[in-house]
Amino acid sequence: MSEVSRARFKLFSFTDFRESFGNFLFVLPALLIFSIFYIYPFYKTFHLSFHEWNGISLKQFFVGFDNFKELMGDENWWIAVRNAGYITLIALTFQNALALALALACDREIKLKRFYRVVFFIPPVLSETVVGLIWSWILYSGTQGGQHIGLLNHLLDKTGLAYLVNDWLSDPKTALSCIAVVHSWKGFGWGFLLMLAGLQTIDRQLYEAARVDGAGPWSVFVHVTLPMMMPVFLMVMILTVLGAMQAFVLILVMVGQGLVYHTEVPVTRILAAMTGGYPKFGYACAMAVIFGLMLVAVSFTFQKLSSKVKQA
Amino acid sequence: MRICQLRGVGMKKLALISLVSVLLSFGFTHSGCAKAPKENNTITVWHWMTDRHDAFIKLAEKYEQQTGIKVKFDLYAPSEAYSQKIIAAAQARVLPDIYGILGEKKILASFIESGYVTDLTEEFKKDDASWENSLFPKALAVNIFAENNSYHIKPGIYGVPIDVTNIQMVYNQKLFKKAGVERAPVNFDEFLKSIEALNRVGIAGLVSGWGEMWMIDCFASNYAFNIMGEEKVMATFKGEVPYTDPDWIKVLNIFKTLADRKALMEGIVTKGNKYAEQDFALERAAFAFNGSWCVNVYWDMNPNLEYGAMLPPAVNPDLPMKIWGGAGSSFVVNSQSLNKTKTIKFLRWLTEQDQQVFLTEATQNLPSNRQALSAISKVLSQFAGAMDFTTHPTTWELNEQSPVIEAFDKGIQSIIIGEKTPEQVARDVQKVKERELQKVKDRERR
Repeated sequence: MSEVSRARFKLFSFTDFRESFGNFLFVLPALLIFSIFYIYPFYKTFHLSFHEWNGISLKQFFVGFDNFKELMGDENWWIAVRNAGYITLIALTFQNALALALALACDREIKLKRFYRVVFFIPPVLSETVVGLIWSWILYSGTQGGQHIGLLNHLLDKTGLAYLVNDWLSDPKTALSCIAVVHSWKGFGWGFLLMLAGLQTIDRQLYEAARVDGAGPWSVFVHVTLPMMMPVFLMVMILTVLGAMQAFVLILVMVGQGLVYHTEVPVTRILAAMTGGYPKFGYACAMAVIFGLMLVAVSFTFQKLSSKVKQA
Repeated sequence: MRICQLRGVGMKKLALISLVSVLLSFGFTHSGCAKAPKENNTITVWHWMTDRHDAFIKLAEKYEQQTGIKVKFDLYAPSEAYSQKIIAAAQARVLPDIYGILGEKKILASFIESGYVTDLTEEFKKDDASWENSLFPKALAVNIFAENNSYHIKPGIYGVPIDVTNIQMVYNQKLFKKAGVERAPVNFDEFLKSIEALNRVGIAGLVSGWGEMWMIDCFASNYAFNIMGEEKVMATFKGEVPYTDPDWIKVLNIFKTLADRKALMEGIVTKGNKYAEQDFALERAAFAFNGSWCVNVYWDMNPNLEYGAMLPPAVNPDLPMKIWGGAGSSFVVNSQSLNKTKTIKFLRWLTEQDQQVFLTEATQNLPSNRQALSAISKVLSQFAGAMDFTTHPTTWELNEQSPVIEAFDKGIQSIIIGEKTPEQVARDVQKVKERELQKVKDRERR
């Protein structure tokens, strides 16, 4: 036996095995809990995605890649993905721009700074159902006795903008945008909080040095604030994308089972497949697998970007 | 720090701690999701009926006083969440003694096939079928599987209806007076004329929860039966008649006419039925398409509401207007329950006249027991009067495939919002139908 082999053998001596076993016992409970609540559901989702099953019957039929093939050709699924992409785009731009603007305002020495911080964080802590109900009432399009019941239409009517009155949630041109804006309104508080925390970690001396060098507010923002905030921006963007892609409670509350396919998103399609007249668990699991992979790909891309930014 | 440095504490202790943790984690997960059924003096009932929960609790108290048996009613709402709960419970084999199954008849068939439901035929047929005869046949129909049924289920009665329901139209008498409409319309033309009169004085026409697909489906199905009759509808489901048939175009045209003539309240296509009920109760619309449960809902929202019930106005005078109805809510008995005998006795008690009268008075729902009809209000009696016109997908020999239903209902939405014509929708639905038929053929070939 060579020296190396002997050394290796020594590595797996009984004493070492006992030590390793002791280590293993320590992690065993966590490993079991992780396996039961994470690995098994993952495995089961993958497993079911290759089967045809109604969720009740004891029989599950193996259908190979049929569910995935059907999904690839399912036009409504791709419409739902596109809609989720649109909500995400609005969230990335409108929601994060609003969060940044408010974070910048609250980072200054202004009156009632703490009050604003609390107020801006109220929407994220509200339940999505409550937010959906409130906004449904604001965007309501019915009339009674010639008066608009919905707040927005009422205000438009009373301020001489009656030509803008609309059936907001039942018009294909506005329904998804309304949902995207409400989603952004509900979500901007998280971005605000993270960006404010990020802004407060920037060394104030950097700002002073820039000003001494003659930089104006815009130059300070572009050359000091933005580069220093890049890691925070990327983190906020990842959270925004993941949150927006999975938004669905608001949709259910605001437009029920959807306005044709204009307000469908992947999660509502998965839900519809699982709870429709006759549940299709296998197909729903195939959707969940594909959607999960999409989210993993997005997160991975952002993480790569993040590490590049950090290196730069 | 390496673990060997902890040897002072002792490997045995460490192993013991780990073992206890593992057992505890198993214990928690197990106790959280699976309890073995034990025979005891408590009957557990799972249901989704928020409006009936308080009345159930009172009945449970009465039953306990009479028999000493405790009945625990657990409410899980909304109905979608409830449906998910019973499916998950079935998978984990932890269904309660009594539960209800929502959805299509093939779901009930799946539960029966998988051994989760007790066959109650013998109980219903006992004593010259006294239990069976005390209930409305329409109410029982939902729970009956006939000889040679397409689901291959052993013929029998598998559920107990606790109330009956049907879905019709209601109209606001006060708003009618305001618009000068003298009576409830009896046909579609009269309906459109009444809408014109209502619109002239700024009153919206029809409201309904068409943000919920099943409600659109129900309305469309009423007119499909009226326009072409049951046989042709079933032939379409079988794939023998295409959705592009002129009769189906006529059905879809109903929605175009309603939209063009401004008969529908704004936002109807995304409105949940709860919102629609609120609109009618608050007198924002003159007509509503809703189920008999609405009597209780409207009473809660506006006790002074003056309204009546009517069948949806027919288009074709030669065929009857068929509306959805039958058993409103049914309970089944878990075949794995160790309290089966007690459970069946309780359900029989629940459907007896006294309890049914109490339920009717407390919840304004139509009773499943014929003898309890004397307790109902005037509007409810109008609903009850239409029970002969009821039909329901759960009693049909076969149902349409879910993707086709979705394409049809979503297509109707697109007609209402002016995106597509009835002809375009018919073509789209037929395309989905052909794809689904092909899938069935492929499956059979495999």
